[in-house]
Amino acid sequence: MHEMGIAAEIIKIAESSIPEDFDGAVEKVNMRIGKMSSVVPESLKFCFDIASEDTRLKGADFVIEEIPVVFLCKECEKETEADGPQFSCKECGGKKIEIISGKELEITSIELED
Amino acid sequence: MEVKIVKKVLDANDTMAEENRKLFRDKNVYVLNIMSSPGSGKTETLVKSLARLEPELKTAVIVGDVCTTNDADRLNVTGTHAVQVNTDEFGGDCHLAAHVIRKAALDLDLESIDLLIVENIGNLVCPAEFDIGEDSRVVLLSVTEGEDKPLKYPVMFKLCSGAAVLNKVDLLPYLDFNIDEAEDNIKSINPDIPVFRISAKTEEGFDDWLSWIKDVVKSK
Repeated sequence: MHEMGIAAEIIKIAESSIPEDFDGAVEKVNMRIGKMSSVVPESLKFCFDIASEDTRLKGADFVIEEIPVVFLCKECEKETEADGPQFSCKECGGKKIEIISGKELEITSIELED
Repeated sequence: MEVKIVKKVLDANDTMAEENRKLFRDKNVYVLNIMSSPGSGKTETLVKSLARLEPELKTAVIVGDVCTTNDADRLNVTGTHAVQVNTDEFGGDCHLAAHVIRKAALDLDLESIDLLIVENIGNLVCPAEFDIGEDSRVVLLSVTEGEDKPLKYPVMFKLCSGAAVLNKVDLLPYLDFNIDEAEDNIKSINPDIPVFRISAKTEEGFDDWLSWIKDVVKSK
């Protein structure tokens, strides 16, 4: 829904991370995106390709590692990977949980041509 | 060559949200962020709630919409101070971000306010992703929507952990809506959340709802 704004922010962060003395091409932008981040990876990639057109990131591969939603049951302390919208422990059925991954929206690195 | 970055894309928003939180703490203002789909009755709920809270609590509202000042006009009648934010100014956003709240909050007399309510943009998808520096989040669902909305939009119902409000209960006799099922669905996602069944039209259920607001404001 708001992927264009997110893409613009990613481009800003990535461009500011290019070393000052480097004038070659950026080959890859590596991302980690949680399944609970309200971002649609395909749409974000589409927006990135458009928004990076007039930047130093033009043509860079936008690589997304999707992170599953994992929560910790506060009752039996087991971890569950959520496969649907309900957050209950697969082991004991407990509903008191803490989300430990799945909300990531991070740029992890850029890869520069040699 | 790989250049490591490891930075949250929403870092800039999160940093601004923390600055907002500090500002609100310094001014002793409790901030409630209310979210729902469009048309579920957020504004009417606030119009009725603020009119009853106003003698006891000094309130202000930041209300977000893509266009028009209709909501602020309705809210200002209650005696609150409502500031309308139209997001077309900020690119037609579908949520309120921390810097937008900052700008609007600085236009308010925070020294004289106990409770600032942010009426977010009607949308069950992304407003919950954006921290604005609030103390608590409320999600509102009306009985003219489906009982399964919490299951369809689990992120919203998970991240709004302050309270859930089921609105328009005066319409229940005319609908097939199963309110117990709706509440069960909310609790399947957020087991400890208080759920209030209200009608903004008749003010049914308002005593408990308004008591909850007064209690959380006093707790800050």
